[in-house]
Amino acid sequence: MELDFTSSADYLWAFLPEIVLSVSAMVVLLVGVFTEDRDPPAAGDPSPLGWVALVGILLAGLANGWLHGVETTGASSMVAMDGFRLFSNWLFLAGAGLTILLSFPYLSRQRLQIGEFYSLLMLATVGMMVMGGTRNLLLLFLAIETMSIAAYVLTAMNRRDRKSAEAGLKYFLLGAFSSAFLLYGIALVWGGTGSANLPEIAAAIQAGAAFSPLLIAGMALLAIGFAFKVAAVPFHMWTPDVYEGAPTPTTAFMAAAVKAASFVAFVRVFMEAFPALYESWYPVIWWLAALTMVIPNLIALSQSNVKRMLAYSSVAHGGYLLVALAAANETAMAGLLFYLLVYTVMNIGALAVVMIVSGHSEERMQVEDYGGFGWSQPLLATIFTIFLLSLAGFPGTGGFMAKIYLLQGAVESSLWTLAITLAVVTVISYYYYLRVAWYMWMRPAPVEGAHTRVWAPLPMRMGLVGSAAVIIYLGIFPSGLMEGARVAVGGFGRAVGGVLLGLGP
Amino acid sequence: MISLGFISAGSIQAGGAGGFDPLLPGLILLLPLLGFALNGALALVSGRRSADRVRNSIPEEDHTAGSVPLTHSLPTWIGPGVLLGAFVLTAINFVRLLGVELTEPVIRSYWSWMPTGTLSVDAAIQLDQLSMIMMMVITGVGFLIHVFSVGYMKEDPGYPRYFAYLNLFVFFMLVLVAGANFPVMFVGWEGVGLCSYLLIGFWFQDREKADAGKKAFIVNRVGDFGLLMAMFLLFATFGTLDYGAIFAAAPDTLLYGGGIVTAITLFLLLGAVGKSAQIPLYVWLPDAMAGPTPVSALIHAATMVTAGVYLVARASVLFALAPVSAAAVATIGALTALFAATIALKQYDIKKVLAYSTVSQLGFMFMGVGVGAYAAGVFHLMTHAFFKALLFLGAGAVIHSMHHALHSTHKDWDAQDMRNMGGLRRFMPITWITMWAATLAIAGIWPFAGFFSKDEIIWYVGTAGAFSGLYVVLWGIALAAAVLTAFYMTRMMIMTFHGPNRTGEPESRHLHEAPLNMTIPLGILAVLSVFGGWINVPGSVRESFFGGFGVLPMSDWLDRWLAPVTQSADAVRASQLGAYADVAPVGGGHVVWGAIATVMALVVVIVTARYFLSQPIQPAHEDGEPDRGIGKVLYNKWYVDELYDAIIVRPLIGVSRWCWRVIDRVLIDGTVNAVGSVSKGVGWFGSLFQTGQVNTYAFILALSALAVLGAFIF
Repeated sequence: MELDFTSSADYLWAFLPEIVLSVSAMVVLLVGVFTEDRDPPAAGDPSPLGWVALVGILLAGLANGWLHGVETTGASSMVAMDGFRLFSNWLFLAGAGLTILLSFPYLSRQRLQIGEFYSLLMLATVGMMVMGGTRNLLLLFLAIETMSIAAYVLTAMNRRDRKSAEAGLKYFLLGAFSSAFLLYGIALVWGGTGSANLPEIAAAIQAGAAFSPLLIAGMALLAIGFAFKVAAVPFHMWTPDVYEGAPTPTTAFMAAAVKAASFVAFVRVFMEAFPALYESWYPVIWWLAALTMVIPNLIALSQSNVKRMLAYSSVAHGGYLLVALAAANETAMAGLLFYLLVYTVMNIGALAVVMIVSGHSEERMQVEDYGGFGWSQPLLATIFTIFLLSLAGFPGTGGFMAKIYLLQGAVESSLWTLAITLAVVTVISYYYYLRVAWYMWMRPAPVEGAHTRVWAPLPMRMGLVGSAAVIIYLGIFPSGLMEGARVAVGGFGRAVGGVLLGLGP
Repeated sequence: MISLGFISAGSIQAGGAGGFDPLLPGLILLLPLLGFALNGALALVSGRRSADRVRNSIPEEDHTAGSVPLTHSLPTWIGPGVLLGAFVLTAINFVRLLGVELTEPVIRSYWSWMPTGTLSVDAAIQLDQLSMIMMMVITGVGFLIHVFSVGYMKEDPGYPRYFAYLNLFVFFMLVLVAGANFPVMFVGWEGVGLCSYLLIGFWFQDREKADAGKKAFIVNRVGDFGLLMAMFLLFATFGTLDYGAIFAAAPDTLLYGGGIVTAITLFLLLGAVGKSAQIPLYVWLPDAMAGPTPVSALIHAATMVTAGVYLVARASVLFALAPVSAAAVATIGALTALFAATIALKQYDIKKVLAYSTVSQLGFMFMGVGVGAYAAGVFHLMTHAFFKALLFLGAGAVIHSMHHALHSTHKDWDAQDMRNMGGLRRFMPITWITMWAATLAIAGIWPFAGFFSKDEIIWYVGTAGAFSGLYVVLWGIALAAAVLTAFYMTRMMIMTFHGPNRTGEPESRHLHEAPLNMTIPLGILAVLSVFGGWINVPGSVRESFFGGFGVLPMSDWLDRWLAPVTQSADAVRASQLGAYADVAPVGGGHVVWGAIATVMALVVVIVTARYFLSQPIQPAHEDGEPDRGIGKVLYNKWYVDELYDAIIVRPLIGVSRWCWRVIDRVLIDGTVNAVGSVSKGVGWFGSLFQTGQVNTYAFILALSALAVLGAFIF
């Protein structure tokens, strides 16, 4: 099919995955209203709503697959039809699907409103997909708010839990604060260049038609807003509290998919609108990357709560990804997409196991509680060990290859200090990841028979096994996905004019 | 095997040329690996269940009565089944190879294993006469021992684990002999070492047995160092590690008797000495008897310990080019043969006697390959696999029976001490007869298998006396060791099976013959021990009246069979040394000395039997240890373990204690801990800002935003 962007009806086709997912979210909400109260599922049973939501994700995936074969004519000011968008759509859909699959027992166990939870999660995903797919700063802002507001509610979803409510409020207040920076940045950039459209901004800068004080200030405010969204140090303060307090499926979703969407938007704006200003923004990104790699890794060393440890770990992974943005060449960009996919899978998987271990009252979060888990639940513990090793970047796992690509990208841009820092902090991170594995396999259970009964129904186990298989597969045969990522970035690269790619300081 | 020999004779003489197309050679290796995977999975399941039982203090199930769980019934079929499959495939290929005159080995390369720069190593296997005959022995004898194990181990809770290890061992052993280059061989070499360690320490709850496993593993590391050094030197010299390329280039590249080839072969010899338990590294093998007895039969008699002999035969051209190393091989072999035989004279543990006997027989094989009689060495390796496996399995049947008998009244006697046995032939007639066949074979009595192989080695050592006086001495040592062999083996048989029974009246009622699945392997191995030597009857012996083998259609079959493998080594020796003298150092031909040897052995057997039958033997607890004279020295194995302990182990422990206290604890740990504490301290400082207060966060956020803005603007 060919889309003609001179006709506004064809915009609907271009947004087909987002539309399908929005409609599915409403269907889930409606079905939830009519089934939930009358017929609450017995504790531990997977809710049928979960399957409905998964079907919605699947349909959106089909629509996204269909978009791969679509040709376009005419320029679109709103929606990008490039490989970068489609690849990141896969990323968000995978993150959402995995979160749904792995949250089956949690929601009914904690008696959360399943319909609302799933539909909010899907609407947040719609926001993410627009974030990755738009070329207009105003639409981008709307998408970010769509995602964020859904995420605030998802965080505060567990009304019976004080910590959840507190986390939701904190997230909301600080999120609003950062949205202000973003919006102000957009306004200033518009003031400086006369456009909110990314290619037009780039063209204006290229032509020397921009009023630079406004533009530079706007760009700085945008960087601040995005740094908050991707939880870059020192804008990360909200992250540990929110991640720890939120219901664990939300934490998994936020640490993986929300962060990935923020990165995708960050990369698109800075690579597509400000490539000519690389020299002025890359030092700031460089410092953000260095701080974000070092500090959370050090703090994670002294954490005894595994969920909080994973929160700091997720901040640290953001640092590794910022290295890719600082490097800004093709390898680094493809590595970033590769990393985001691996990271989404392993991080959601790891938090799913945390969900299982924590038990009904969510009390078992300390590292000591993992003692003896290995020998009473060998399958789950083996999978968790794979995720931990991958998070640490152990050879043979996808996490290792992802780090290798990032390092390669950094080296291609001669960012030696960042590359060495990345390698060193990776070694430090082994300590806190392997400590959990050590407790699982080498230490006795805190209480006799602590892990003999765990709540992990079949869909969840299958999801975990599949995720672990993906991690191992990508660790051994990474080149297929990496080539895909390269092609995706290639499309994106052409959109920015190909000037930037390969450029290094 | 015998009949296959007959087929071959005709076809080789007919000179059938043409290609040898092996049938699924990779599957021969894969089948045991598959068995390992399946049995290993079952072992995990069963291990988890028995851990549950221990936790909930439910007693072990008694598998002898009632239903047997799947984890115990499946390995019975999988374990020996995969070996049977591998053996059938090997046999098919062997028969195919018989009809072909193969001068170059067939190489199957599966994937490029180490494609790095100048070094390129393929995961490849090589099928030729030497590797095929080794694979026949490994899978054939291996299969019989697997079958025997079903009966021997079925009451053990670790039954599936046992078969998993045993299958894995066979896989690695096949990799060792089939590898087409040194690195692949090394994988097998290390793999069998690992399996040996796992199986020696199979009953790891027993501290002593676990320690025996460790001892074997550590002593072998010394040998592995030699093998690795040899590989480095080979790569430095030839730029490749493939057998074919190295052995083809060796005669032209290396100087005869030169420093490089001598160094390479001496390092190879160090590796072989470790694996094949020769002086000075033999000490691990007697301790290795701590493992289950079928393991001793398979690993520590028939297959793994012969890897050193295989290595020398495989690298025969290198040893032919290094006369000093070859002489070292023969000398070490001769000394080990005699030394181990003297220790065996005074041992009371039936498995210890067999262990030292194995060390001694391996010494004979080393002598053979050391004087250039590679086929004779491999020939003795093969016949030894038959009769020593039989002896070990028979000893296993005896121990099994003794254990039951002693267990029935909870008598705390040693089930392996021969002084506690006596007169077992009445209870175990099949074991008795078959073990006598093996004893006559190992004693070297015509026409049993061992006669031909041992006689051939001694003959070649003697004829090598033409080159150097050293070999005349070695020849004398070999004859002495052969006489001692006849003595200690007869002593073992008499103490175990003859004379009055010493187990005690209530116990003896529980002595019994082994079940069919244990006696059938004994019977097959007995047949091989009797006739197995006929495949390589020397021409002169065959034609003589004494030989009485005029009816055999061929002579020297194995020599001719292995000729393509050893021809380049033979050519080097022939051009450098000239032909062997076909006469013993003190005169007399092959037939004369064959007759002398067999008569001597027979006389020793008869005299020893009469002596021990007339001698009253006390059960172990009444007898005590020999306390004076040479008997005490021999009983204590020449105090070699004590010597090693004093000059190697204790100083080493002292040094490592010091390293641990000073270097490790103070320097390394101190540094690492300091790094850790500093990191944690910084982390703790960082987390101080994490107050949980939103206003703090907002404040820091605003400050940071100002910093970023500043960075952009200035």
